[in-house]
Order: sequence, then C-alpha cells, then structure tokens
Amino acid sequence: MKILVCVKQVPDTTAKLVTKADGSGIEERGFKWVMNPYDEFAVEEALQIKKANAAANITVVTLGPKARVVDTLRTALAMGCDEAALIDAPAEADSYLTATALSKFIEKEGGYDLILTGKQAIDGSQSCVTQMLAENQGLAHANIVSKLELGSDKSVVERDLSGGAKEVSEIPAKSVIGANKGLNTPRYASLPGIMKAKKKPVNEVSLGDLGLSDSDSKTKLSSYRMPAERPPIKFLDGEAAAQTSELVKLLREEAKVI
Amino acid sequence: MSKVLVFCESANGSIKSSSLELITAAKNSGLETVTCLLGSDAPTLAASSGNYGATSSVVCSDASLDAYNSDAYFNALEAIIEKVAPTIVLASGSAPARDVFPKLAAKFDSGVAADCTSIEFNGDNVKLSKPLYSGKCIADLDFQNSKIQFVLMRPNQLPVGEADASATASVEEVALPAKDLRVLIKEIVQGASKRVDLTEANIIVSGGRGLKEASNFKLLEDLADVIGASVGASRAVVDAGWVDHSMQVGQTGKTVAPSLYIACGISGAIQHLAGMSSSKVIVAINTDKEAPIFQKATYGIVGDALEVLPVLTEEFKKIL
Repeated sequence: MKILVCVKQVPDTTAKLVTKADGSGIEERGFKWVMNPYDEFAVEEALQIKKANAAANITVVTLGPKARVVDTLRTALAMGCDEAALIDAPAEADSYLTATALSKFIEKEGGYDLILTGKQAIDGSQSCVTQMLAENQGLAHANIVSKLELGSDKSVVERDLSGGAKEVSEIPAKSVIGANKGLNTPRYASLPGIMKAKKKPVNEVSLGDLGLSDSDSKTKLSSYRMPAERPPIKFLDGEAAAQTSELVKLLREEAKVI
Repeated sequence: MSKVLVFCESANGSIKSSSLELITAAKNSGLETVTCLLGSDAPTLAASSGNYGATSSVVCSDASLDAYNSDAYFNALEAIIEKVAPTIVLASGSAPARDVFPKLAAKFDSGVAADCTSIEFNGDNVKLSKPLYSGKCIADLDFQNSKIQFVLMRPNQLPVGEADASATASVEEVALPAKDLRVLIKEIVQGASKRVDLTEANIIVSGGRGLKEASNFKLLEDLADVIGASVGASRAVVDAGWVDHSMQVGQTGKTVAPSLYIACGISGAIQHLAGMSSSKVIVAINTDKEAPIFQKATYGIVGDALEVLPVLTEEFKKIL
C-alpha cells in the first residue's frame, strides 16, 4: 500500500509577521518555519496506518522553495515517513498550481492508494488543495476529517461540520483525506529518527519536470500590508457593577453593537 | 455580457444574508447577475433572489440536495455552471461552499480566491483582498488566465441592498445528473451547541484559562443566551480538553470577525489575536492589565472574569 502525505511549510503560529516595505510579501526572518499544524495530523495518521499494516510505504511530498522547505521534509522523515519528495517552486505558487503540480507528481510516480493532506494551510487559509487534487486525480475526497477507519475497499470517515456537528460517511478507500485537529495526536520526532532522517535521500523535482512553470498560478497576491491599527482602548473603572453598567451603555450607545 | 453566478444558501426558509451580500455586490457590478440554489425549497427562494437584483436563477430542486453531499453538490453545480457559463462565481465561505467550489474550480481549470473580505469589480475581472496568516497581514488578490474566477467570501463583510419585492428572477430548473455517488452520508451527529457557527456569528463570547475550570464555561453560556452570542475558546482550554476544538478561535482554529467579541480570561497569544482582531468591537476582561489582549481591545475591564461575567449578564438582562 502506497500512501502519499502532502505537507506545506508555514511560519510558526507564534510568529510576529512584518510585511515588506514594497508590499511584495512578508519579511522572511525573525520566526521559525514549521510544518503546517494540520499536516502533522496527516503525517501521524499515515504512520498509524503503517503501524497496523507493515507493508505500507509512506512518501511525504512538499512544494515550495527548496532551500527552506527541505527542513519540513526532514521533520516528516524523522517522524517516520519512508521517502520524501520536493517539488521546487516559488513561494507564490497558488492553490491551483500546487494541486496541479501534486497531481502531475502523483502520475509520474505511478499513483498512490491513499492521499492525506491537512485540511488547510494556516498561511493563506485557502483550504482548496485537498479538493482540487482529488478532482485532478478523479478521486473522491473528505476534508476536515477527525476520524478515519480505513477499510480494504471503503473507509468510514467523520468530518467536522459547522457548530460542532459531525458527519459520518462512507468513502472509497482510495481517496484524498484532509486531516483536522482531533484525528490523532502527532508524535514528536525522536533523536534517532532525526539522525536517520538526515541520511535519507530527497527526490527533487522541478516544475519543468512536471510540464509546468512558475507562471501557471491562476491567482496572484500583491500589496501585502499590515492590518489597520485599532483605536486606543478605553478601560472601565470601579467595581464590577459600575464597570459592567458602563460597558453595556457604551456597547449600546457608542459602539452600537447591542 | 459577462455573467456573475451567485451560489445562494438558505436558512429558516429564506436566503441567508451572507448570500444576499453577494447578490448585492454582483448587481452593483453592472454585470448580469444569475443566482443558483439547490434543494427542494430552491424554486421559491430563487424567485425571491430577484428582490435583491438577480435577473435569473438556475436551480436544481432534487430533494437529495437538501443535505450536503460533496459528490451530489458537485454534479448539480457542474451542470449549472455549464449552463450559465459565468465569468465569475461567488459563494459565501460556508462549510459546504468551501468544500465543493475548489473541486469545481479544478474541474473548470480555474483558480480560487477563498476567505476574501472585500471585492471590487473591474470590467470582467474581480479584485479581492484577503487576510493572510489569520489576519496578521492582508494582501490583494487578482486572477490571471483563469477561465472562471471562483470567489469564496467571508460572511458579514459586505452590505445587503434594499429588497424590491416587485422584482423577481426568472427561474429555470436543471435535472440532477444521474451519476453514482462515491460518498455516502451515513449519519449527521448534531453538536451539543445549537448556536450559530463561530465563523458566521455576529456576537461571540470567548473564554480562556482565566475561567479556571471547564464548568465555568457555564457563565459564558448564560451570557451568550442573553445576548444571542456564539461561544468560543482559546487554544489553551481546547488543548486542556475543557471544550471541543470546533470552539477554538485562532490561527489553528477558526478565524472570526463578529461585530462584538467578548474575551473573558484570555491573555491573548499571538495566534489567538490573529484569529479575532478583525472583530469590529472587542471587549476584554482579564485580571492582568498588561495582558496582550488589551492591546487589541476597544473596551477593557481589569478584573476576574468569574466575578464580572455574572454581573455583566444581569446588566444585559436589564436592557434586552
């Protein structure tokens, strides 16, 4: 059984980001690059499937500027993935180009029996690649998955819907599954795992190898800017009774939100 | 003339206001506005989409579309898009729309702009802006060489126009394509909460570690009942298992932008602030005056949320 896990490298959630003065992007310094948190659940799920099925082989793939994204592949290898592939592409690659390149990579590698992704990347929050990749591959998908029971032919998945509701559905075992928090508890890479990961080869592929180019994105971001400053805070003084009555008055009369 | 296709969803027997926002924006663009609706109440609602400026509507009223199924929705919407041949497709970022439209975009060899907060029409093209990194910064988005421009807007971002009850849209039905469904929905398990989802809520009361223990979320529930709010939480208390992950606000939870956000006992980790700081009005209640949440707040109360909350709830009861 061949499993593919698609991961993305993103700035750590604690990162304080600053946009470049010319608006062309963010300043790529002063923070750590990490594996997208939702992709960690996808990697862990693949590892747990392999634990129950020793014949499984896990390939982790990422797309981005190779000099930095290779670190995220090393993390996935250190967690226990068997093989790693890197599609070298500009950071600006959009959901369309990412899904198209992943799809062409999958065809080049002869296909996979199960494809796992995170439900969305926390940078652009598009939450599109899972579904686009499924369509490109002619597969069904389930995104925002918090439980996966893999069968030989069909799987049962639980998806998180709005307001805490859950949907239980049956889906072909060969599908694209987007992992949500709650699916499992991702492991930390062990020290021996980290050492071993350093020696594992990374299969490098260029967009050109896949018949694509940098300009194949269908959307383009520009004019990066910081959000507008919020007006200064108004602290409410006194005891709880005085504070709350003043607050309710302000919410009704000044802010007009109640 | 180019057409804008607006996907409309309904709740409680009428078109959702998040969909009306999009009809209004499409109408104001000067392009031909066509709506589409799915499910058994679609024909009635479709006609009423004309009140807001749609000239025509295409529906698929098959009852199997009353509940979301990714394959069935895809099949119906693919048929509708082929029939209408729009340049731009607009949908609000509801769970079903966010699930199905990226798949349709791939089908039509097109790009998607998701989680957008503003939209401008420029001839046959749209220019969007969207928060990145859950709102740590913002950027503009343009399409390039996209056959269709698929746009998913965040709810509550745009104005809804005045309804003109005399204007109705012509309604045309398409048959649901007879294709096998690969995905079979077996069961929907309702969540414990009957409240509006955080991403669509107009008011949110949110709790963090300052509430001391899980049972104290009852104080937030009581306040939420009085002011019609949804209840959110910080990552710390979700990770501690106090509440479900569906309630988490922040970069690894939900990004929210309600009119009013009341943060109780939340100090304001960067990833939480990223997820809520585009709220219109923010109230923070925290014992520590130096807590980062106060840097984003409109109104601040330095105090113990456990003491302030019951008093605040009583205070709201007086006027609501």
